[in-house]
Amino acid sequence: MNNFRYIGKETRRPDAPDKAAGKAHYIHDLRRPGMLYGKIKFSDHPHARIKHIDTSKAERLNGVRAVITSNNSPEVRLGFLRDNLALKKDKVRQYRDEIAAVAAIDPDIAEEAVELIKVEYEPLPGLFSPREAMKKGSPLIHETDAQGRPRTDNLLPLRFHHESGDLDAGKRAAKYVAEGEFSTPRVQQCCMGTAGCIAEFDMNNNLTIWAKTQIPFLAQRDFNRALSDMGLHDKNTRIIVPTIGGAFGTGLDTHAYEYIAILLAFQTGQPVKIVYTRDEEFAYLSPRQSSTTKIIQGCDQNGKLTFRQVEVTQDNGAYTSWGATYPSVMMIPATSLYRVSNVYFNAQLVYTNNTYCQAMRGYGNPEHTWALESNMDELAGEAGIDPYEFRMINCNRPKETTPMGLKVSTCGLKECLETVAKKLDWKKKSKKGKCRGKGMASLVHVGGGARIYRSDASGLILKLDDFGNVNAFHGGVEMGQGLHSVLTLGIAEALGVRPEKVFINPLDTSTCPWDVGTHASRGAFMACNTAILAANKLRDKIFELAEELFPQEVEKNLEKFRKKNPGYKPPDFDFVKAAKRERFDMQDGSIFIKDAPREPWLSLDLGRLLRTIHFRTQGQMLTTEVFYDPPNELPDFEKGFGNISATYAYGTQGVEVEVDTETGEVRIMRMVAAHDVGKVLNPPALKGQIYGALAQGVGYALYEELLSQKGKILNPNFRDYKIPTVQEMNFPVDLEFIETNDSFGPFGAKGVAEPGLVPTAPAIANAIYDAVGIRIRDLPITPEKILAALKKLKASKD
Amino acid sequence: MKTEISFILNGSEVKVTVDGHLRLIDVLRNTMGLTGTKEACGEGECGACTVIVDGKAVNSCLYPAHEIEGKSVITIEGLHVPKHKLSKIQQGFVDHGAIQCGFCTPGMIMSAKALLDSNPNPSDKEIREALQGNLCRCTGYVQIVEAVKRVARQMKGKQ
Ligand code: FES
Ligand code: FES
Repeated sequence: MNNFRYIGKETRRPDAPDKAAGKAHYIHDLRRPGMLYGKIKFSDHPHARIKHIDTSKAERLNGVRAVITSNNSPEVRLGFLRDNLALKKDKVRQYRDEIAAVAAIDPDIAEEAVELIKVEYEPLPGLFSPREAMKKGSPLIHETDAQGRPRTDNLLPLRFHHESGDLDAGKRAAKYVAEGEFSTPRVQQCCMGTAGCIAEFDMNNNLTIWAKTQIPFLAQRDFNRALSDMGLHDKNTRIIVPTIGGAFGTGLDTHAYEYIAILLAFQTGQPVKIVYTRDEEFAYLSPRQSSTTKIIQGCDQNGKLTFRQVEVTQDNGAYTSWGATYPSVMMIPATSLYRVSNVYFNAQLVYTNNTYCQAMRGYGNPEHTWALESNMDELAGEAGIDPYEFRMINCNRPKETTPMGLKVSTCGLKECLETVAKKLDWKKKSKKGKCRGKGMASLVHVGGGARIYRSDASGLILKLDDFGNVNAFHGGVEMGQGLHSVLTLGIAEALGVRPEKVFINPLDTSTCPWDVGTHASRGAFMACNTAILAANKLRDKIFELAEELFPQEVEKNLEKFRKKNPGYKPPDFDFVKAAKRERFDMQDGSIFIKDAPREPWLSLDLGRLLRTIHFRTQGQMLTTEVFYDPPNELPDFEKGFGNISATYAYGTQGVEVEVDTETGEVRIMRMVAAHDVGKVLNPPALKGQIYGALAQGVGYALYEELLSQKGKILNPNFRDYKIPTVQEMNFPVDLEFIETNDSFGPFGAKGVAEPGLVPTAPAIANAIYDAVGIRIRDLPITPEKILAALKKLKASKD
Repeated sequence: MKTEISFILNGSEVKVTVDGHLRLIDVLRNTMGLTGTKEACGEGECGACTVIVDGKAVNSCLYPAHEIEGKSVITIEGLHVPKHKLSKIQQGFVDHGAIQCGFCTPGMIMSAKALLDSNPNPSDKEIREALQGNLCRCTGYVQIVEAVKRVARQMKGKQ
């Protein structure tokens, strides 16, 4: 075991004091000189042809500086399949389609102007479920694709498929089989800080945009393309990321509102800010996809899984974001959670006239694990095996390769299961009289980056200054999760400086090196790996310089020391001879010879070394740049094969619930969450990630659903869309971290941001089954669903 | 309709002219430039905009600006006096990992302060009641409740 100085110790986040003081600046707080306020006119229909747009009244309103529609502004395409337009042209396909936009000198005028825009429509029949949209002869939501080629149905041209082993043989080998259909709703990410941006052009027609994004460098690419679409060829976008009030996946795409701010800023020649209100955020920002999963699994008489067959249908909504690629992550648990050799997985994605969806924390994994882990309990029931024992029989092991080709390096799943069973007193059944029960569910997730794009890399620049400070430039996004905290610790630890001497610069694409984006729980894994690489490079350079400078500088130290301490006799140690690069070490910014006696004068301060080399003739300064691309592969998603991540995170959550059979309310009594995190980097930050994810998992399980009727969002506010408050989270949570010290992980650590919400819902559903014998298959598990199921159960018994 | 109002803001008297429809949060964030107070819903549902008016935690997004006449308002910026040092309660949030994205933090801290000012020794139940109007999407509240408890204990120890 390594003895770390900072890693694994309780440390405060560097960004917390400013946040506590109200001094952190979010997009909502930023203002640029001459800034205008943008506002968008959204569609009044879920599916209609646009006949006419009348903006004349809006244009005449005092204080309005621009009104744009597809008629007077260039066509700008966006989206994963580029099937979306910033301003819609002939047709709207969802209620939130952007038809026009206004820039005005204050937000009230902008709002008034938007209300003055009148649109004439010719309504078209709407399709609000994949079932309707897939019916033969259904109207087409997109008549053509982005290239103008005709389309013939409402399926997305994206294929996610996996087949391995021999499914029929697996079915024949099964003694017990369980089958179920499970569904998950659309839910909203509910970042406390809503979405927004400020776009501004300089006189060379280059763009600067302050954006709430998780993918600054892919966004730069997207926006540069938009500049081209606007006729501004070879122009550049600079993206600056302000403090972010939560992201949870909302920043993985570029959004129409951003392109609209860009168009307005170009049209007016002034900076334009668009910030969503809470209602807009709920109704017009893409939520998590809803899904339906059919699953069948079988096991032999000993409880060993013999096959797994999964078919997923996703309601994509009207346009395509990165979130449409959820099945790329669903495949991971489908093929690799528990040992199973004959696997079939297929996902289809369907256009509908519902709001289009995007990424949210977990990215398909919570959806899939909901079905898989609920069905595991059903199968355990069929086989008459305790659900915990059943999971242990099929548990993954270190060093195995799964049917998808995932190369498992370390795997703490067994320890996670054991820990939950122990902490939850699994063997001691809950008192039945009280309608209490226990349940558990596990997860596997990417923990070492996730290659879903050509590059999965991340860069880091470290610039040392005359004072021994380390200025870091990194492309990963701090959105509240604590990335800057672990990056600070990683640099301090690996380089050998105090964390207070490390300064993480604000994210700006013009100064920071490229990073694919902060998603897939990759932030800390990537950042700390770059920190280690950069630190090693710098240490080599520092020790090389020290070889030359250490003797002379230490000699000066000694002289001074002697003056202060007359009669001092230095130990018999030849530091001139010992000053060899391989014998140096550095800690807390002090360079010393490893095996030298610890004398106060016998070390060299990093700042002094840096000043010495800076100010001598032909001086130099130290800056280093690294680029880390993890050892993983871009899978072939049509075949469902490829080692997507360098390492995998595992975990198990257990819960005890009490069900009120009168009201249908579920009360969580306690929870245990055991996660294989590789290595704990910063304990309070790690706990915060898991606690926070658990709360989102509880919301997903019991409360949250973005309701819509014929495509219109019915609950666009916190009154009608409930997220857990401090009252719902009023139960003891036991967090246990399993340290498997992964060799690919920086300091041994794996990614951990998403896992905490992945198995929460099925653990709760399994506990409800244990308590009252009902199996809920559709999230969220509302009191109405519980009561209906209890009634059905009673009827079947009578 | 414009009216002139005067009130005490973080200990100093201020005079501002306000439009009839303005809310307290608009005066704080836009007129006074105190952007520490956050708006996350504008409908009284999230608590991000919490400030203390005459000793009570209120949602400044629901508070008509003209009603502030003659009252005393404390915002997050008024807690860290002297200016470069966090107050105990702010420091407690920093020390106990109660802050992630930080967007709920100012409101959360103001609610906690209003509680501790009136009840220096709150029970778990009382803490939860005081914070139930403050939504946080990042933390799951565990470390927030813990921070408030520890600050209460620490302040009691000092008395
Ligand atoms: S902004 Fe005032 S309660 Fe949400
Ligand atoms: S810390 Fe992000 S909302 Fe509370």
